[in-house]
Amino acid sequence: MIMSRGICDRVAIVGMGCTRFGERWDQSLDDMLVDAAKEAVASAGVTLDAVEAFWLGTQISGISGLTLSRPLGIHDRPVTRVENMCATGSEAIRNACYAVAAGAYDVAMAIGGEKLKDSGIAGLPPAFVSDDGTGPDLSAPANFSLLCPAYSEKYGLDGAQLKEVLTRLAWKNHYNGARNERAQFRREVSKEVIARSPRVAGNLGIFDCSGVADGAAAAIIVRAEDAHRYTDRPLYVKGLSFVAGPAAGSADPEYDFTSFPEVVASARDAYEQAGVTDPRAEIAMAEVHDCFTPTELVLMEDLGFSERGRAWKDVLDGVFDLEGELPVNPDGGLKAFGHPVGATGLRMMFEAWLQLRGEAPPERTIKSVASGRKLAVTHNLGGVPGQCVSFLSVVGVEPNA
Amino acid sequence: MGGIVAYGAYVPYHRLERSAIGATLGSGGGQGTRAVASYDEDTTSMGVEAARIALADLSGGAGVERLYFATASPAYLDKTNAAAIHAALGLSPEAAAFDMGGAVRSGVGAFWAGAEARVPTVVVLSDIRVGLPGGSDERDGGDGAAAFLFDGDGDVPVLAEVVGEAVRSAEFIDRWRLPGDAVSRVWEERFGETVYLPLARGAFADALERAGLGPKDVDHLVVTGVHPRAVRSAAALTGVPAEAVVDDLTSVIGNTGTAHPGLVLADVLDRAGAGELIALLVLADGASVVLLRTTEALVSRRAARSVADQIAAGRPGLSYATFLSWRGFLPRQPPRRPDPRGPSAPAAYRSLHWKLAFTGSRCRTCAMVYLPPRRACASCGTIDEMDPAPLADVTGTVATFTIDELAYTPSPPLVGAVVDFDGGGRLRCQLTDVDPDELRVGDRVEMTFRRIVTAEGIHNYFWKARPRRHA
Repeated sequence: MIMSRGICDRVAIVGMGCTRFGERWDQSLDDMLVDAAKEAVASAGVTLDAVEAFWLGTQISGISGLTLSRPLGIHDRPVTRVENMCATGSEAIRNACYAVAAGAYDVAMAIGGEKLKDSGIAGLPPAFVSDDGTGPDLSAPANFSLLCPAYSEKYGLDGAQLKEVLTRLAWKNHYNGARNERAQFRREVSKEVIARSPRVAGNLGIFDCSGVADGAAAAIIVRAEDAHRYTDRPLYVKGLSFVAGPAAGSADPEYDFTSFPEVVASARDAYEQAGVTDPRAEIAMAEVHDCFTPTELVLMEDLGFSERGRAWKDVLDGVFDLEGELPVNPDGGLKAFGHPVGATGLRMMFEAWLQLRGEAPPERTIKSVASGRKLAVTHNLGGVPGQCVSFLSVVGVEPNA
Repeated sequence: MGGIVAYGAYVPYHRLERSAIGATLGSGGGQGTRAVASYDEDTTSMGVEAARIALADLSGGAGVERLYFATASPAYLDKTNAAAIHAALGLSPEAAAFDMGGAVRSGVGAFWAGAEARVPTVVVLSDIRVGLPGGSDERDGGDGAAAFLFDGDGDVPVLAEVVGEAVRSAEFIDRWRLPGDAVSRVWEERFGETVYLPLARGAFADALERAGLGPKDVDHLVVTGVHPRAVRSAAALTGVPAEAVVDDLTSVIGNTGTAHPGLVLADVLDRAGAGELIALLVLADGASVVLLRTTEALVSRRAARSVADQIAAGRPGLSYATFLSWRGFLPRQPPRRPDPRGPSAPAAYRSLHWKLAFTGSRCRTCAMVYLPPRRACASCGTIDEMDPAPLADVTGTVATFTIDELAYTPSPPLVGAVVDFDGGGRLRCQLTDVDPDELRVGDRVEMTFRRIVTAEGIHNYFWKARPRRHA
């Protein structure tokens, strides 16, 4: 059991920026980091000089703080480069928040960026580490496709039923992405096209996979008591949790591939910090790590949005649709917005920033905020089923009572 | 006198129908099938499999002090291939491991050396026979391995005693291959036959005479060699009754070259009775004869997996195009993914017991098993309280699986599975010798030593799971 004190309402996000994600043949990583940082400081109404410390998340596109300090021309200030697989962007947010909460800095930037499309290969470029050559070397979609037969078997779905559920998740996220000018994929895709897309691994087709993209996003984090100096509508950080599991699911036959125990643990921790007791009823929207469609399905249960074995029904019932009771990935998610690894966690926060503050465009505005819900969740995952890291944040527009 | 105390043969899973060659090329091919080493097998990995079968019922490597490995198709030159077999079998570092490589004749030579060794000696014979598309070597060759444990004074009873030997050596140009060439060359076959037959006759007569036996005493005559025509004619010259001449299996698995005398001998040992005389005549750059007398012990101590069972379990229908691509004659477009990387030599050396011998760790406190081995137990939290957990011979069950169209493999798609081992332990690994369409959660699997990939000039050996097809 995790015991973190949390930093509920100690820090707030007062400015954000996010580039368009996609195949950015026209932009280097430097360009995208500059664009995201520029938009974030402008959104907070400050200049770069006001930012006292920086946390940069990038998985494979650069090393060290120089990856940011050089393109931004930062003098005499700390830039920490962080990496935690696909949750890298969230790790930048988390560390910047703690630095401000600790009192070390009044204004910090969390920024993430990734340049994947320069590699010339299909899928995510692997991060090579010299080893003994005994790894299974399964691709990411293959690892996540392991969830499918396990979920089907446990809850009595046949292959066609599960495919319908997964297809609907992809369809929903493309529907949402079509309403987002910054998304990589901006067209709705029919369920027929999704269901018949070429197989990548297991029963996952191309359309069950997130987009490999370039992009960057940034946030300005300040002390909560200073937040209104920058904006009338700050986003207060309610809970932050990060769990790196012992890879128990890869060693222990008890693990059944229908859940991410690391996600369950991080959700429990973050909800407790934020005072959330019934996430399904209290959360206005969630950005979750839909790297592949079965991931989003399982996450609905791990995050407490659906009962065990019920997420597939909730998906089919439209609970998580843009117009649904608890919209999930209203910006299109990794699926349609694209997944530039280091930027993704910040991109998730960007959508919470827009939706909770009522700044999302009308065609993408969720209804749960208007109906009185005030909290958003971002959930970021790195690794694969059985061995992963999980990040969860809860943010809201009002301080807790 | 010493003799064979354990034996085993390995016949790879795949069969190429010879008719498939003619169907594709418009000519060539023929009748019957040949055994085909899979894309993830080489002579070293097949040698490991044969030796595992031979040593299956003997604990702790049976006190093996010497290992001879013979092949005409070595995975490495300069570097000893027997060392990988030695490591995979978990033999003592004090046991010797030597290659006797390059020529088909090395097989019977290693066998002979094993029989004469004064310490427990494992002899491993293995070969992959390659010929140009449409040629007779491609059609008539086969892939396989055999292994024999020789001992005389140990606790393990002798199954077949060596009762006579004789040899003729001769230098002549009949079959040869230059280093670096993929395929061999042969001289016009009538010349070779003329040279071989007197050598065969002389060696065979010598061996019988020294043993005080006659040709009619032979219960099983095994004739193999590099010259098919001479092999056929030699059997008739020995004077051994026709009914004692053993089917040399070439119609179903092909001529496995270096391994072949061992493979056919293993097949005879699988069914021979006690007190029977087996004559082995091998024609390769001369003639070599070994006479063996079976014992009572053979009947109760046959190989854990018979040659006939492996032949019966083989999968026919390998496409000729796949066969060609496995042998390197039909390179395929790789996926748009980074080239695979070879293992790090120091990392592989540090994890030798894991990588080569498939030994994990088991927590002394809570019995949790880790593959690969760990020092800290994720279950009970103790550190450095682990015992080695050798799991190569433990069977398992498929917990979940996937067909990976994206990952690099020399023969797509890659089939991955999560395997739970009987008695504890879980591994995410590749499956091999499997039909993806027939795979189900709950299927029973066993481990097999394979060459995962060759990258940066290094053969990356590790273990895969395969469906369990034998009891």
